[in-house]
This record gives sequence, C-alpha cells and structure tokens, in this order.
Amino acid sequence: MKRVFPILAILTAVLLTYGLYGALIAAPTEKTMGDVQRIFYYHVPSAWTAFTFFFLNLVASVVYLLRRNPKADALALAAAEVGVVFCTVVLVTGPIWARPVWGIWWTWDLRLTLTLVLWLIYVSYLVLRRFSSSGQTPVLAAVLAIFGALDVPLVYFSIWFFRTQHPQPVIGGGGSIDPRMLHVLLINWAAFSCFAILVCWSRYHLEVLSREVEETQALESLLESGSPR
Amino acid sequence: MSFGIMRATLAKDLRLEWRSKDAINAMLFFALLVVVIFSFSFDPTAEESRRIAGGLIWVAFLFAAIVALNQTWARELRNQVLDAYRVSPAPANSLFLAKALGNFIFVTVLEALMTPLFIVFYNLRALGPAYQLFIVAALGTWALVVNGTFFAAMSLRTRSREIMLPLLLFPITIPALLAMVEATSSILTGEYSARFWIVLLVAYDVVFTMASLFLFELVLQAE
Repeated sequence: MKRVFPILAILTAVLLTYGLYGALIAAPTEKTMGDVQRIFYYHVPSAWTAFTFFFLNLVASVVYLLRRNPKADALALAAAEVGVVFCTVVLVTGPIWARPVWGIWWTWDLRLTLTLVLWLIYVSYLVLRRFSSSGQTPVLAAVLAIFGALDVPLVYFSIWFFRTQHPQPVIGGGGSIDPRMLHVLLINWAAFSCFAILVCWSRYHLEVLSREVEETQALESLLESGSPR
Repeated sequence: MSFGIMRATLAKDLRLEWRSKDAINAMLFFALLVVVIFSFSFDPTAEESRRIAGGLIWVAFLFAAIVALNQTWARELRNQVLDAYRVSPAPANSLFLAKALGNFIFVTVLEALMTPLFIVFYNLRALGPAYQLFIVAALGTWALVVNGTFFAAMSLRTRSREIMLPLLLFPITIPALLAMVEATSSILTGEYSARFWIVLLVAYDVVFTMASLFLFELVLQAE
C-alpha cells in the first residue's frame, strides 16, 4: 500500500494538469454563456466528489457502529472533512457562475438547497466531533451521520414540492453536451476524485497516527505516575 | 419497551415541572419576548401578516423549545441520576419516549398559551380549514421534540452543551420546519392545500421516531 501512494500522487498531478489545460484551452467555448461556462469543469466534478465522500462517511459510520473498529471512525472523519471542503467549492463556484448567467447569485432551487443543507449537516457533524470529549465522539458522530442520511430524502421531497408550488427562473439543464466538453468534464472528474482520495488518505493516516501517539502518551504518563520515585 | 417505566419517568418529570415550573416559565417568557420583538421588527398589514405568520410562529416556538430541551437531560446530571438510569435494567427507549412525551406536553402547553397572543398581535384569521392547524401543530411539535430530545442527550457529552443543541438540531430540522411553516401559511391564506406538507410531517415523524428509538441505547451508553 505504501507504494500506491506516490503513484496515486503522480497520477493526480498529471490528471489535474491535463484537466486544467482541457478546461481552460482545449474545451470549446460555450455559445451563449462564453468563458464563464468553464467553471463548470470544476463545479460539477467537485459536486460529484463531495457527494461520494459524504456517502463514504455514511458507510464508514455504519461499519463503525456494527464493528466498533476505530479505523472506520478515522475514515469517517477524513471523508467528512474532505466532503465538506469539496462541497464548499461547489457552493462558492455555483454563485460565481450563476451571477452572469442567471443574473442572480442564489436561488432556492432543488439542487442548490439540497447541497446547502447537506453542507450544513456535515458542518454540524464536524462541530460535534470538535466539541465532544474523545471517548464518546465516534459513537455520537456515527449516529449523527445516520440521522443526516435519513434527512436527505425528506429535504429532497420538501424542496421539490416547495419549488414546484412557486415557479422559478428556468435552469439550464438537460439538453445535449459537446463530446469534447464531456471529455474534459470526465478528465476533471477523475482528477478531482484522485485528488480527494489522496487528501482523504493522508488525513486518515494522520488521524490514525495521532491517535496512536495520544494512546502512547496516556500510557506513558500512567506508567510514570505508577512507578515509585 | 416497557410502559411501566415510561409512565413512571413521565410522571416524575411532570411532577418535577409542576413543582418547579422552571422550563415552562422560561419558555413562556422567552416566546413572549420573541413575539414582541418580531412585532416591532415587522409591521405588516393583515394580508401580509397572514403570509409571514406561519414562519414567525414556528421560529418563536423552535427557539422557545430549545430552552425546555436543554433542561431535559441536564436535570438528570444532578445527583448522578443519569448514571443510575444507565446501570438500571430499564430499556433505554422507554426512557427516551417518556422524555420526548414530557417535552411534547411542555411545548404544547406553551403553544396553547402563546397562540392567542399571536392572533391578537398579528390580527390572524384562518381563511383555509382551521381544524388542520391542530394536526399541523401536533405533528410539528412532535417533529421538533423527538429530534430535540435525542440531540439534547447527544450534546450532554460535549463541552458548552447549551449551544451544541441548536447547532445539531437546526440543520436536521430544516425539512420539518419548512413543512410546518408552509402548511401553516397555506391554511392561513387558504390559497393552497396543506395536504402534502402534512404527509411530509407524518413521514418525518415516523422516520425520526423509529431512528431515535433504535439508536438511543447507543447514545445513552456511549462512554
């Protein structure tokens, strides 16, 4: 496994460079939106990556509750952090694109709202982890992750109905996409996924190591206080 | 699940509250303040107030309910009552249900006392079927209380737990709050049917009641 890490790092660097070239130069300029549309190559892959990592967090949380394996908990934490970062990228790049194209920064559209609520839930997840004392954190966080997952379909239906009741500016969706654009999009998606896996991996490793250090320190201080002077 | 234990815990909580009236007094005064501040902040016409009243009412109740929810478990920390619960063979979910029912009663009393004030201050009159407001109130209150009781138990183990509860509760409550507000507004204005929102509230209540009953044992025993 140690070997895979540098290989993945090199692959990520190559893919990100190629993705950047594709997004800025190789991909054709969109007819009506112009160059602003190029943010799409970062926005959409970030969204897919964020959702994948939130899902990974849920799986790791359930595994933790069933098996009580501390490594699953470390993975859940790393996945949630990476997911929140990519979700933030989505929420920032979205309005930058929407302002010139829709004429508004934000609309309470289904996908936007769902992403925002997911982001809020996972930020509260990270806050909980930060604020609770070490021993019980994994269980409480895993339970909160399950609650968050249960909430997603309810949010989806509520916003869906909320928005169908009140008409909204039409969102440019569907339609066909130029194959060259799709190519760049997929390259960027692969690059972002590799990058996210890389970051999540390092974070996971760091978390496992720092827990080991903590345990060793606790053990040492216990031994010290126990030994006669 | 044991109904005997549930009844005993609920009776104990109600008796405690009846003698001290801590939670209900704090909630009532807090909600009163919110109502007065809201009516200074917004000075709406009758037509407008009908549209925004749903939001104002539920936000006021949500904030006030936090007061009661924070006390639910914190009260048990004194004299190590919570540790006694933990070592007792009583099933965790009957304890949870008793606490949730207790909070439901407190918040319902609060709503019953505050709603007339809202009607007076905002000149409210329902143009839609008013009986549905009772259904929405019952379902919405349960939605707030069931998650609130659960997250209050979770935030008990954290530093600065008073602030932790709303941070955990609000994001998860968004669909329920949206449903309550929209249902109330559509009944008050009489423009739409509130049926979808009532169904959504029922779904929310069922999902999170089940989840809380299943997972509460883990939270209570987390150590």
